[in-house]
Amino acid sequence: MNDKQNISHSEIVLQIKDLHKSFGDNHVLKGFNMSLYQGENLVIIGKSGSGKSVMIKCLVGLMEADSGSITVMKNDITKLTQEALDILRADIGFLFQGSALYDSMTVRENLEFPLRRHSKKFSKNADTEALVLEALTSVGLAHAIDLMPSELSGGMKRRVALARTLILQPKIILYDEPTSGLDPITAKEIIILMQDIQKKYNTSSLIITHDMDCARVISDRMLLLIDGIDYAVGSFATLSASKDPKIRAFFKN
Amino acid sequence: MSGISKIKDRLKAFLIELGDLSYFTGRFFREVFKRPFEIKELLGQCYNMGNRSLLLVGITCFIIGLVLDLQTRPTLMEFGAVSWMPSMVSISIVREIGPIITALVCAGRIGSGIGAELGSMRVTEQIDAMEVSGTNPFKYLVVTRVLAVTLMLPLLVIIGDAIALFGSFLVENLKGNVSFTLYFNQVFDSIEFGDIIPAIIKSSFFGLAIGIVGCYKGYYCAKGTEGVGKAANSAVVVSSLLLFIIDFIAVFVTDIFYDL
Ligand SMILES: Nc1ncnc2c1ncn2[C@@H]1O[C@H](COP(=O)(O)OP(=O)(O)OP(=O)(O)O)[C@@H](O)[C@H]1O
Ligand SMILES: [Mg+2]
Repeated sequence: MNDKQNISHSEIVLQIKDLHKSFGDNHVLKGFNMSLYQGENLVIIGKSGSGKSVMIKCLVGLMEADSGSITVMKNDITKLTQEALDILRADIGFLFQGSALYDSMTVRENLEFPLRRHSKKFSKNADTEALVLEALTSVGLAHAIDLMPSELSGGMKRRVALARTLILQPKIILYDEPTSGLDPITAKEIIILMQDIQKKYNTSSLIITHDMDCARVISDRMLLLIDGIDYAVGSFATLSASKDPKIRAFFKN
Repeated sequence: MSGISKIKDRLKAFLIELGDLSYFTGRFFREVFKRPFEIKELLGQCYNMGNRSLLLVGITCFIIGLVLDLQTRPTLMEFGAVSWMPSMVSISIVREIGPIITALVCAGRIGSGIGAELGSMRVTEQIDAMEVSGTNPFKYLVVTRVLAVTLMLPLLVIIGDAIALFGSFLVENLKGNVSFTLYFNQVFDSIEFGDIIPAIIKSSFFGLAIGIVGCYKGYYCAKGTEGVGKAANSAVVVSSLLLFIIDFIAVFVTDIFYDL
């Protein structure tokens, strides 16, 4: 439990200040703030359509924010050149909501893909094959290396996607609903995997989820995204004891 | 009143789309000469596209060659000019029918394939995943595909031309007892570089149009599965239309050159 107290003293790896984003008349984010500390698991909860995916996409520069500042490891990503952004992205893992495996490639090629551009990150003679196998083994799917994504179940796809995220050994991992669409048992396996990864590589993680069990197990802190802002921040225990009806709505059971 | 405003909206949407498409084309030309060149993906796409459309192009052109000959024959017979058949058929095939038929077949086959493929990659966030893993998806997906169709279409047209001529030869051989050597001697006597070169250049523009439109439609596909279907469909419609416009311009331009 000591760890969790230390977190608030450690450095901020990722910070969003006053983020605004609209699509036409649809004002999705209206002044969102967030900080992620080194080594912590921050869980973000919000209703469907509240803008969680939009926020996380702004974070990695997949979407352009209307205003606000986004700082990733001391770099303001809105001001980086494409090249610098690409280099920075090698330190950020992104697990997509729908896994987003390349379905024209085998599992092996899927994992090799991020290595194409970021091979500089590893020593020259680092063996691609070994890196791929290591990542796959860490999610328990070494035997699936030559399968196509269409031959995998939803849970296996999520794991391969996780392996693909891990292969560059990122310092920050962004999970967009890592357990959505999975049965409770598989979801639990994914959560355990996420915890293992965090211990093994000491990553900082931002986890978007609807799954309260997942949030309870994995979160150091939680952030509620309501009405386009960071409505409340705190530990699972504090938030679940809150009397605010908007917060209570998330902890019904 | 509402009719006019509807037309206005349509026109506005059309112009916006035209602008976006031009921007997309401009981006293609800006990125095509920049490193990294995705050679492996380019070759893979070339192989794929050739492989997927060769049979279809072959069958279509063969039938067109047969039909063209069968239908022109009686008219020439009336004038007692059947011996001109090989020259006539070969010129119309090489200059016009071969390129346009091949391009239309490829618009249906390749254009819709690209639209659907990139569309589903967009919808399932695979394009976003590429971008965050440091690969420029425009270079990797769009530039390679557009280049591949642009290179492959002239090749397919040449093959298509040859097959169509063979179809026409079969008719001549059966109906007029024209031998293979005689037929093709006449063919090669009547077609000149002035017929072949413009046709090849025209074909690569056809390929460019098919590739650009297919990629554009897929790359900016609307979310949802129906978006993918729409992308594939409008890729075919728009590029077919564009083919005829390009054809018209090409004929115009070559005509000017012939006059010189
Ligand atoms: N590319 C886009 N163009 C227009 N509107 C968009 C786009 N992406 C997202 N939106 C809108 O932004 C809002 C938030 O979407 P977002 O995907 O961030 O929701 P979410 O919180 O991730 O929901 P879920 O939990 O269902 O994934 C939605 O109203 C959506 O319609
Ligand atoms: Mg989402």
